[in-house]
Formats: sequence, structure tokens, C-alpha cells
Amino acid sequence: MEEVLSLAKKVAEEAEVYTVTSEETPVRFETNRLKHIQSKQSRSVALRIVRQGKLGYAVTTAADAGQELVDMAVETAQFGMPARFEFPASTSYPGVKVYDPAVESVLIEDMVGLGEALIESVRKHTPELICEAGVRKTVASVSIVNSRGGQAHYKESSFSLGLEGSLINGTDMLFVGEEESSCHPLTSPEAVAGVVTWQLEMAKNRAPVSSAVLPVVFTPRGVASALVLPLMAAFNGKTVLEGASPVGSRLGQAVFDKKLRLWDDPTIDYRPSSRPCDDEGVASQRTLLIEEGRVAHFFYDLQTAAMANTRSTGNGSRSRGGLPAPSATAFIIAPGNTTFDEMVADMKEGLVIEQLMGAEQGNILGGDFSGNVLLGYKVENGRIIGRVKDTMVSGNVYQVLKEILAIGSEARWVGSFLQTPPLYCPGLSVAAKG
Amino acid sequence: MTRIESVAHQLAEVLKRSKADYIEARLEESQSSYISYRGRELESIGRQTASGGNVRALVKGGWGFVSFNSLDDLPGRVELAVAQAHLAGKEVSHLAPVAPVTDRVLTDQNPVAIPLAQKKQLLDEYNDIIWRTPRLQTSIIGYGDGRKKVIFLNSAGSFIEQERADVTLRLTAVATEGNQVQQVGLSLGSRGDFNAIQGIHRQVEEMARNAVGLLVAPQIKGGEYTVVLDPVLAGVFVHEAFGHLSEADFVYENDRLREVMTLGKKFGSNELNIIDGAAVPGLRGSYKYDDEGTPATKTYLIREGKLVGRLHSRETAARMKEKPTGNARAINYRYPPIVRMTNTYIEPRSASFGDILSDIKEGVYAKNWYGGVTSMEMFTFSAGEAYMIRNGKLAEMVRPVVLTGNVFTTLHNIDAIGNDLDMNEGGGCGKAEQSPLPVSNGSPHIRIRHCLVGGR
Repeated sequence: MEEVLSLAKKVAEEAEVYTVTSEETPVRFETNRLKHIQSKQSRSVALRIVRQGKLGYAVTTAADAGQELVDMAVETAQFGMPARFEFPASTSYPGVKVYDPAVESVLIEDMVGLGEALIESVRKHTPELICEAGVRKTVASVSIVNSRGGQAHYKESSFSLGLEGSLINGTDMLFVGEEESSCHPLTSPEAVAGVVTWQLEMAKNRAPVSSAVLPVVFTPRGVASALVLPLMAAFNGKTVLEGASPVGSRLGQAVFDKKLRLWDDPTIDYRPSSRPCDDEGVASQRTLLIEEGRVAHFFYDLQTAAMANTRSTGNGSRSRGGLPAPSATAFIIAPGNTTFDEMVADMKEGLVIEQLMGAEQGNILGGDFSGNVLLGYKVENGRIIGRVKDTMVSGNVYQVLKEILAIGSEARWVGSFLQTPPLYCPGLSVAAKG
Repeated sequence: MTRIESVAHQLAEVLKRSKADYIEARLEESQSSYISYRGRELESIGRQTASGGNVRALVKGGWGFVSFNSLDDLPGRVELAVAQAHLAGKEVSHLAPVAPVTDRVLTDQNPVAIPLAQKKQLLDEYNDIIWRTPRLQTSIIGYGDGRKKVIFLNSAGSFIEQERADVTLRLTAVATEGNQVQQVGLSLGSRGDFNAIQGIHRQVEEMARNAVGLLVAPQIKGGEYTVVLDPVLAGVFVHEAFGHLSEADFVYENDRLREVMTLGKKFGSNELNIIDGAAVPGLRGSYKYDDEGTPATKTYLIREGKLVGRLHSRETAARMKEKPTGNARAINYRYPPIVRMTNTYIEPRSASFGDILSDIKEGVYAKNWYGGVTSMEMFTFSAGEAYMIRNGKLAEMVRPVVLTGNVFTTLHNIDAIGNDLDMNEGGGCGKAEQSPLPVSNGSPHIRIRHCLVGGR
């Protein structure tokens, strides 16, 4: 990469080379049985340049394409956005731990064993359940060097275990699922199996529901599928800069319930969403976004921050090999002091929502959502009585989060992008068939 | 001869010697470019080249798969894939027979070679139109193109070289007022023909005006309605609500789902025909051979309301004792092929748009695509625009709606099919991490009774 950097410096004022190599080993189970063992090796080199003040960008997978890469970047720089920032000259970063060498040495046989144990454990509860499961380990190396002397090099590991189960009775289908991930190897199926068997237990019976406005408890998975994507868009510094964020002009104002506290955190040790620096070499930090219901800050990359006259929050991320752009790393919602059981006990009639299908298709920017309850339960007189079907739940994130009855005391990770407790909301519009 | 061609010829010899029930390799070279706008100015522009490949081996029903960027040490990678397959396989391998083929399928289209200046000029014109619209807050534009060459070879002696090109354009207009934010999008695509995205200035203007119109549009009350879908949204509906269910990999090892999807079973009215096929020429989901080297076909999934076919890979076809349909596709060399749709559509019938509306007292006309997702039994799809239908006529605009339903009852509830088939080429399909795969889908206008619409 030093070679690419020096070739680029001949034609550009500034340059940055970002290289990532990874080795990923997914083991897949289909229909309760081991089906695929895979090994995926990949590398890519991305070159970003500033030429005549404008940004150019090119990516390649080839090891020896230095000049071609520079030529492509120069071609795009004719039309690129003016660079409003300087590459960071940093060479040292906070000690965020994201690599455990033990992941590399996990045997495929042990991964197979873990997947089998998970499937066996949930099928002990429901023998007719058909499971797709996956165990995956990944090790990657990231290097960033730039023409101002900035350098970042780190290794990261991740290990994940997940299961999706389906139960089919004629044309009646039930879908359950959970996943867990860490930078350490996972050795026990218990956590995932525990959630899935709870879902199966709660969904055992069908419960009737009719169209009404009902109180709703969103489980952590429910929060992820219905409420979080609009917030990730609204607190993105780029959305704010464009004037398209409903919270963009409300810094310091109380927009949400006073109990709500939310931050973005890439600095938690051994979480797959953590990293010592972002994808443009800016040190990772914890960024408070909502403090006691007030809008506290937004998250930025270098270019967006410069345009908004603020500093990067270390949220520059590259997805699909593209230019860095502001992106949430892991949203954390602070736990409250009400248990899930207390929330359920408080409802005379209501719903518990685990998964809303299609909620992310609505008007994300405006916060409107509307989704089919793929997995959710009916509560009557303080008890879950069974699963609801053919039911749609609609609302607006900003209205829902303005008045929260209670925030749960038990926070859980959903994938690697969200840690949240359950949220108990007073009234959502429920449309039911029949 | 390019690098992957010479590597492929050496690899063919290695595959023949390897100890697996079946083994194949795909090698790929691609170039692409993209331009995106957020707001007034171009936001990012980039170029990309990639090369890589994979080896997939089958032993006793278990698959090993190795993907890589470096083309060095291919015999070692073949060995690894075979070893993994041995570890995974504990039963018997099933693969429907496909005759070995040697073929080259080339294309002249190369949108990547069109100067970036020309692409930018066109996008600037569209962006100017959006920004001329009063009360418009911002615009989002994503243009992408690509061209790739894929060489497929297997242990049975197939050696297929295919080239394909792709162009996509998605435009979004965002309107705001106070805390209100509304958006309308437009998606287009082609098999590499840049002309397909030129000259749509009037559509862009209409899109921007609709986004502003939505600011004052009321939200519909949630509940059951008679719904008329335009060809774009009906295409998404047929893809989501039925297409995914026709993918045999969901069904082949699942006895209870096999019962639900028994051939001959009635799913809709006698008027309903649903087709998928990569052999339908000239569309984004079209090709000559799939990623297992199986020739493309045109498959009736539903004919006269009855289930008559489904989409197969070689493995699912063998397991269900049916014929392979050439639907095994991989988004790129980093993934194994899985059963996917290609060009999926409802065949047109005789009703005009006016006929379809005529006897609806109160209903919803849902237009344009925003998204769609399915759980097999349940589907949800979102319209980009919606209007009330009152006394057989289109009435006021309402906020975009999300429609949901049960696949099995909803297909029966289609009671009118129009005469105006139109294919949408702007979509991409996602399944098992592989997204977006180029597909097309389409339909004439259709009417659905008792459709559940989300709202206030």
C-alpha cells in the first residue's frame, strides 16, 4: 500500500489507501442438518485522492493494480466533490479490544458441534421445528495510511451463532429466531436457545385480536425491527446537513420522552461493531445522541463534519466498497428499572412485538412505520395468552418515543448494531383482519 | 486470452482429477462505476475493478465452498473445498442431470466505458428538474453500472463463458414542511443499455411534484379495502407474495411445506397465470445459462389458477424429482448459487384499467414501488403513491400505504387482471445475504378484494 500511496502522491495533493483483508468461515445448517462449510478469503484496496481540490475514488481486489487504481481515481476526481477536510495525521488510537486470537484457532468440527447442539436444544422443546442455523468466524485486518503521515492498523475477530426456525401447519406458519455475536469464540448455545424456546412457548396458542389502539411492549428484537432505522437516519449528520432530519433543527430540545437516553458506541471491548478508529482513521468515541429526551448530538464523518462546521465523531464507514459516509456503529439505549414481566402485568389488553415485517419500508425519514406482526403476542389481563396473526401495527417513531410508559431493565444485543431493553408504549394503531 | 481464461483452462484439468461427487468453479472479472447525489451536488463517484473466483464441491450431500480474490494456488483451494464437503456430507448426493456444454455468450454493451462526463450530464439534468420543484427539500440519486465476464466449469466437462452488463438508476425526491417529510422514488434499469435511462425527464418532474403533493395528503384509515395495483406494484406483489414461495430450496426438504405446495393445487382464479423465466429475452433477469451451467427456461408457476411448476437448482430438482429450471444464481463469485427468480410476471388478460375500477365503491389505487418482503405465508409490500377510488373513479391522493396479507388467501382474492402488462427493471432482489440481484418483475393492473392496508 505504500507503493500505491507514493504513486498517488505523484498526481494528487493528498491521498489515502485503505486495505482490508478478511478470512471468513461460515458453517450452515439447513433443515436441521449440516449442509455447507465455506471459506471466503477476500482483499480490497481503496484509494481516495484529493486532486485539484476534488475527491477521487477507486477500489480494486487486485494485488498488483497500483497504477490502474491511481488512473481510475484520477478520472473520477474530475467530477468529485470538493474535499473540505484534511486526512488525520494520527498514528495512535484508543485501546479498543476487538481481536481474540482464539477465534482463529476454533476448529470447524467445534463449530459444527455448536450448531448441532443449538438445533438439538430448541428441537427438544418443539420436535417439529425446522431449523436453519449458522455458525461463523471471521478474522480481518484493516490498514489505513495517508499522505499526512496518518496510520492505523488493527486486526479484528468475530464469531456469531444464529438460528431461524419455522413451524408449519397447513398454511399456518410460525417463524422464530435469534442470534448472538462476539469478538470471542462462542462456546455455548444456551443464550440463543433460551430466547428461541421462549418464543416458541409464547407462540404456542393463537390469540384473537381486533382493530384498536393498544399499548405495546417492543422486545429488543421488536425495537430493532420497528423503531431504530428511522433514528439511525435522523441522527446521521448527513441527513441533518441536508435539512431532511426531523430532529436536525432541534438540538437541545426535548423531542423524546425524558426517560430516553441513546448513544452510539464503537468503543466497547470485544463487540463486533467496535473498532479503535473509523474507516478514515479518526479515533473512535462514544457519542451521546439523546440525553433525557433531548437531542444531544449527531454523528459525522470527516467531510460531512467539515461542511457542518463541527468535528467528525469517528463514524465514517465504508459500505460495499464505497466512499466513507456517516454511519451508526452500535446504538445503545440505556436501561430503565421496569422488568419485562412488570410491563406485561401492567397491560389489561395489549401486544408484545418481537418482529414487525416491512416496517423499514415506510417513510423512514418522517418516522412513519407500518408492518405485519411476523412474531408478536397478545396480552390479556396481565398475561401473554398466545400469538397474533394477520395483524398490522402502524405508528410514527417520534410519537411513539415521545411518551414511553416504561423502559425495561433487561438490555440485550440485537445483532451487533443495537443494545436495548424492552420499551413499553401506551398506544399504537393495530389493524387486524376479520 | 485474459487472465481468468488461461487460469480456467488449467483448472479444468484439476477438477477432473478431484475426489468429489461433483465439483465446479466460477471465475469472474468485473468493472463498475457509480455516481450518487444527495442534494444539489454530486456526492460520490467511484470506479471499481474486481477479479476472483470460487470452487464448490459436493460429497455425500454436503457442500464445500471456497472463494478467493487471488488466483494463485488454485489446486490448494480445490483441495480445501473437497475436504470441507467430505466433512459436511453424511448422506447421498442428488443432482439432476444437465448435459455438459461448451459455449460463449458475449455482449457488446459496456456502460462502464461511457465517459463519466456524459453520465454526470444526464444526472445533472434530472437533478435540476427535481430542484426546480417548489417546496422540494432535497434529492437522492444513485446511478450504477457494471460489466462482467464469468467463466463456469465443472467436473462433467462444461466450460461456459458469459458476459453481462447492467445499468440501474434510482431517483428520490424528498419534500418537507415543518416536521413533515415525504418522499417519492423512481427506479429504472437495463441489461447494460444506457439509453434505457435517458429521456425520462417528464417522469422525474411528475415524481418531484408527487412528493410535494404527499405533504398535504391525508393518511388512510387502516383496515380491509378493495385494492387496485398498478403494473409496477403488482410486479412487486407477484415477486414477493408468490415468487419466493416458488423457490424450491424453501420447500424440498420441508415435508409440511411440500404438502402446501403440491402441484395441481388451486391458488387463484382460472384467469391467473404466473411465469418466471430467464429465457424471456432482453430483461435484467435474462441469461442463457444459470450459475450451475443449466440452460435458462421459461417456467409457468401458476396456470389457470393451479400450481404447475417451481424454480429449481440441480439439487432441488433431483430431490423433488422434477426438471431443473435454470434458476440457480449467485450475486458474485463470493457466494454459491442458490435458487432465485429471474423475470417474474402475471400474464395479461382482457380487462382495461377503466373496467377494473368501474364497480369499486370505495377502494385504494396503489402505485409504484417502495419495497417488499415476505415470510412465505405473509407478505408486506409498500406503495410509493396511493389514491382513493370512489364510485369507480380515481379520487384524492393519500399517504403511501403498506399492504399486507396472507399469500394463500390473497391470490384467490385477485378478481380482475388487466390487459396492460408492463415490466419493471429497476428492482433488485435479496435473499440469504445475496443482494441486490438483477431481476425484473411485472404485471398488468390487477384488483385484489379484502386486502389489509396499514394506517391510522
